[in-house]
Amino acid sequence: MKRLLLAALLVLAPLGAETYVIRNATIMTVAKGTLKGSIVVKGGKIADVGATVMEPADAKIIDAAGQYVIPGIIDCHSHIAADGGINEGSVSVSSMVDIQDVINPEDIAIYRALAGGVTTANILHGSANAIGGKTLPLKMRWGKDAQGLIFEGATPGIKFALGENPKRAGNPAGGRGAPTVPARYPATRMGVEDTIREAFNETKVYKAEWDAYDAKAAKGEHPIPPRKDLKLEALKEVLEGRRYVHVHCYRADEILMMLRVADEFGFKIRTLQHVLEGYKVAREIAAHGAGASTFSDWWSYKVEAFDAIPYNAAIMQKKGVVVSLNSDDAELMRHLNSEAGKAMKYGGLSETEALAMVTLNPAKQLGIDNRVGSIEVGKDADLVVYDKFPLSDYAKVQKVLIDGNIYFDRDNEVSGRAARQAEKQKLIDKRQ
Amino acid sequence: MKKTVTALLLGCAFAAAQQRPAVAIRNAKIVTVSGPVISKGTVVVRDGLIEVVGENVAAPADAMVVDGEGLTVYPGLIDALSTWGQPGAPAAPAAATAGRGGRGATTTPPATPSPLAATAAVPPARGPEDRPFTTSWLKMADEVSAADPRIERARSAGFTTAASFPTRGIFAGQGAIIDLLSDVQPGVMVLAPSLGQYISVTRAGGGGGMGGGFPGSLMGYIAYIRQIYLDAAHYQLVKDAYAKDPRGMERPAYDRALEGVLESKRILLPANRRVEIDRMLRFAAELKQPAILYGGRETFRPEAAALLKKYNAPVLLSMRWPERPRDADPEEVESMRTLETRDKAASAPMVLESAGVKYAFYSDGLDQARDLQRAVKKAIDRGLPREAALRALTLSPAEIYGVADRVGSIEKGKIGNLVVTRGEIFDDRTKVEMILVDGRKYAPAANPAPTGGRGATTDDPGVNP
Repeated sequence: MKRLLLAALLVLAPLGAETYVIRNATIMTVAKGTLKGSIVVKGGKIADVGATVMEPADAKIIDAAGQYVIPGIIDCHSHIAADGGINEGSVSVSSMVDIQDVINPEDIAIYRALAGGVTTANILHGSANAIGGKTLPLKMRWGKDAQGLIFEGATPGIKFALGENPKRAGNPAGGRGAPTVPARYPATRMGVEDTIREAFNETKVYKAEWDAYDAKAAKGEHPIPPRKDLKLEALKEVLEGRRYVHVHCYRADEILMMLRVADEFGFKIRTLQHVLEGYKVAREIAAHGAGASTFSDWWSYKVEAFDAIPYNAAIMQKKGVVVSLNSDDAELMRHLNSEAGKAMKYGGLSETEALAMVTLNPAKQLGIDNRVGSIEVGKDADLVVYDKFPLSDYAKVQKVLIDGNIYFDRDNEVSGRAARQAEKQKLIDKRQ
Repeated sequence: MKKTVTALLLGCAFAAAQQRPAVAIRNAKIVTVSGPVISKGTVVVRDGLIEVVGENVAAPADAMVVDGEGLTVYPGLIDALSTWGQPGAPAAPAAATAGRGGRGATTTPPATPSPLAATAAVPPARGPEDRPFTTSWLKMADEVSAADPRIERARSAGFTTAASFPTRGIFAGQGAIIDLLSDVQPGVMVLAPSLGQYISVTRAGGGGGMGGGFPGSLMGYIAYIRQIYLDAAHYQLVKDAYAKDPRGMERPAYDRALEGVLESKRILLPANRRVEIDRMLRFAAELKQPAILYGGRETFRPEAAALLKKYNAPVLLSMRWPERPRDADPEEVESMRTLETRDKAASAPMVLESAGVKYAFYSDGLDQARDLQRAVKKAIDRGLPREAALRALTLSPAEIYGVADRVGSIEKGKIGNLVVTRGEIFDDRTKVEMILVDGRKYAPAANPAPTGGRGATTDDPGVNP
């Protein structure tokens, strides 16, 4: 049995087929400083990092002379690679829906994210409602099927949202054509809080029912199980600490509200997303243990996003919050490296601290820092090779490895363009 | 009472017999589908059944003899997924799934009201508990009507049989195999009453993520379907316990939505893109429901066909191959995906054939002989053997629905559904000479009125596609 399990684990493990040595690079490990040297990639993992390494005989050599290697970028807030809408905005609590059901591995945004050095992204439900749908991190394994993208073993999440979006009662139920249909509750920030509270009150009752049943079943009795409710099941997992809560928020007051509600119901907020006024309540955020995932310098797109400063990320970090910079956008996702660079300008973070905001910190926030986020022996070989200093706008991604497999190669991409264009032209000509 | 029933039955039998004299088609080429082609033979249909078929068969003395010189006899064509027999139903079930690409995002426009299209103004659903867009209890067998004018058009194109489903809603209802008869009691049309549940992930009238009630997104549809199956399992559990010993137990409320789901022996799920095929096959496995996929547009991709093979799931292929819209913007730069799909879609049957996947064609609103011919020809041009094309419209759908003991080929004892043509059935100059449905003889309509094309909701002979 044990052997079987082991075999199964081996099959599940994302094994890279090739052994690589990336030579002569400037390696920004994030965890252990920056050094000049080589990385050995074997079996999908980082086997060795250092100024000098033992190069396995069968290794393929990637000469990165004059180039830089960083850990794969992790985007803690993305909406790519999902089919058929990212909002189930019809109801105030949509925790029954799951992004995992609608993964679209053929979304070209995945490939483009790869070209921007992203190897893992937290694919979130939208912010249309107070409690949104279930979410999960994906690896950008372009070419694999939906299951093949899932970051195996990662704790799944759920999206909450505060403020303008969930209280937008102006969404007429029934669409624009049917303005007479009553609008969705809530219409105020108070209502958003109430919606979340009510959902957890309901969940507590549901959880008690199931706990009672589980206790009886454990004693060998055979009672009829309670009805399984997908909406409450997800929130039960939150109460049991088996599902991370990612909260879309802007204003300091609603951030404090959310932290208090979570404390009261006995669960943790894993990350605050956007959190543009986080700098005002950084100490409280740190005390709760929540991470903060924000934009570098994107704000004023709506009234609740006005009181923002570019120092937000650095200030929160200095107050003891684990901070990441995210994209929330398929385009911004392609240059998160330069977003991180802005944290050096605004707030005076070091190169490593800035880079950590798009690598190790989001990995910590997603609970996957044992696997990814830095260049350390034993971690997944998710690596990005840049031609220039990676926090610069001028840096271009040369190669991206995930699990030790090359998923993006700039040379192949560029040299293949003519052939792809010709193939397309052939089809266009055929059209008529 | 009993006497009356007997008398009625006798009356019916008599009337039926009057309409159905024995018919013998002799000296014809007979393409049996299940066996070898008989280059010159006779087939006799009596009392609605194929009495005998073979080379050296004498026409019975009482039979109406048709000289088959120069004619070919085929099994009646079967539309593997249809709305025929439902006046007022949408012309084609939409295999639409939310997302990108071609016709994928089609929604069916609302139809004129009919029992199968009960779309009364109801408040938007607040969640799965409101059972949105669910009429799982609806049975096509109960709703079928010979008054649907599309029946005559389809028959004139060589169709004798259809797997007809209610198609409005998420759990739209249960399909039936019907014979395309005119002027009969509806019950006579039904060959097999319970084919399974038609499931869709779109709804008439639109609605989106930001309003319109639950569900408004693809993940919402999926969550809803999943919840329904969880509820059905729980409902069954409680019902069984109550049946065993009702004393002292709270009576479970009767839930017609769950009853309809529980009595459906298989589900039809929409899937066009490879991603959708993967998603729906996994979903059906999770729900532990035998599934048939419909749409199948990207099954020309070998990896999609391999998935179907892996899950041993049949697929119903729309015969409406994707085409560039006539009013397309000439400046529009289409994606490689769109171009490739349009270019290769018609090779799907050949790819499925090679992969050993069970598939059948469905008309998807096509019911004009020439349109069908053109559609089949496109697949044949892509390498599909003619016999395989014929099978995908006869025996294969019969096998997929488990009615191959009744229809789908010309064999002794099977139902007398035949189409007689001058020329090979899918050639463009071929003329349908005669159609036998359930042993009843029909001539093709001289000039069948054109349909309104895809999405047309009613019989409106004035509307051209």
